[in-house]
Amino acid sequence: MKLSCKEAGRLISEGLDRKLSLPQRTALRLHLAVCDACTRIQLQFRFLRRAASRYPGPDRDGGES
Amino acid sequence: MTRSGPSDEALDLEKHRPVLLKFALLQLRSRAQAEDAVQETLMAAIQGAKSFAGKSSVRTWLVGILKHKIIDHIRRVSREQPLDLPNAETSLEDFDALYKEDGHYVSVPAEWGDPEAALSQRKFFETLERCLEGLPKNTARVFMMREVMGLETGEICKELAITATNCWVLLYRARMGLRACLEERWFAVGA
Repeated sequence: MKLSCKEAGRLISEGLDRKLSLPQRTALRLHLAVCDACTRIQLQFRFLRRAASRYPGPDRDGGES
Repeated sequence: MTRSGPSDEALDLEKHRPVLLKFALLQLRSRAQAEDAVQETLMAAIQGAKSFAGKSSVRTWLVGILKHKIIDHIRRVSREQPLDLPNAETSLEDFDALYKEDGHYVSVPAEWGDPEAALSQRKFFETLERCLEGLPKNTARVFMMREVMGLETGEICKELAITATNCWVLLYRARMGLRACLEERWFAVGA
C-alpha cells in the first residue's frame, strides 16, 4: 500500500487516537521515510498535543504552565 | 454564596473568572452552562482554599477543578441531547484543495524551528485560543475533549453520541486547521 500525503496525514492523526493496524503502520513508516512534508505534519500534530495539554498556559511569560 | 475568609481574598480567585469562562465556553454548548461550571469551580475553590498547597499556580489549580466540572456537565447534557453534526464537519472533500494531483502538498508545511519555546509564552496560548475559536464549534469541542481534557476517543464518541469514524475525522480536521492557523499567526511571523 503506497500512501498519498492526504492519506498519510489522516493516518498520522488517527495514530494519536487509536492503534493503527500493522499494514497501516508499515505504510505510514515507509511514507514518512521519504516525505519531509508529512514528517513535519507528524511533529506538528505531536506539538499540538503538548500545547493543548498545557492550555490555557502560564499566567506570566516564562511562568509555570 | 458562602462566606469568604481571608485566605480566599489572598488567592484572589475572582480575577481568574474570565480565563476560566473562556476555557469553559470552548467546550460547553451554552453560555449558561459555561457560567455554571465556572461558578461551581469558584465555589469549590473557596471551600477548598485551605487545602491549596501552593505547589502550582492558582490558575493551574482552578483549571484542574474546572476540567472536572466540565466533564460533569458534558456527561449530564449529552444524554439529554445528542450532538447535531453538520455534514461539512465530517466530510473531507474540502481538504482536496490542499493537495496537488500527484498527492503532494500544494503549499508545503513550514519548518517550525523550536516550537517548545512557545510553551512558556502567554501570547502563544492567546493565539492558540483564537485559532480554536476559529474552528467550527463541534470540531473545537472534540479537540478540546481529546487534547485538553485527555479523554479517550471511545469516551468522546459515547458522550457526544457520534461514530468513532466521525470522531477521528473531527480530530484530524481540528489538527490540520490548528496547524495552519498557528503557522500563519505565530510561526510565520517569527514570534
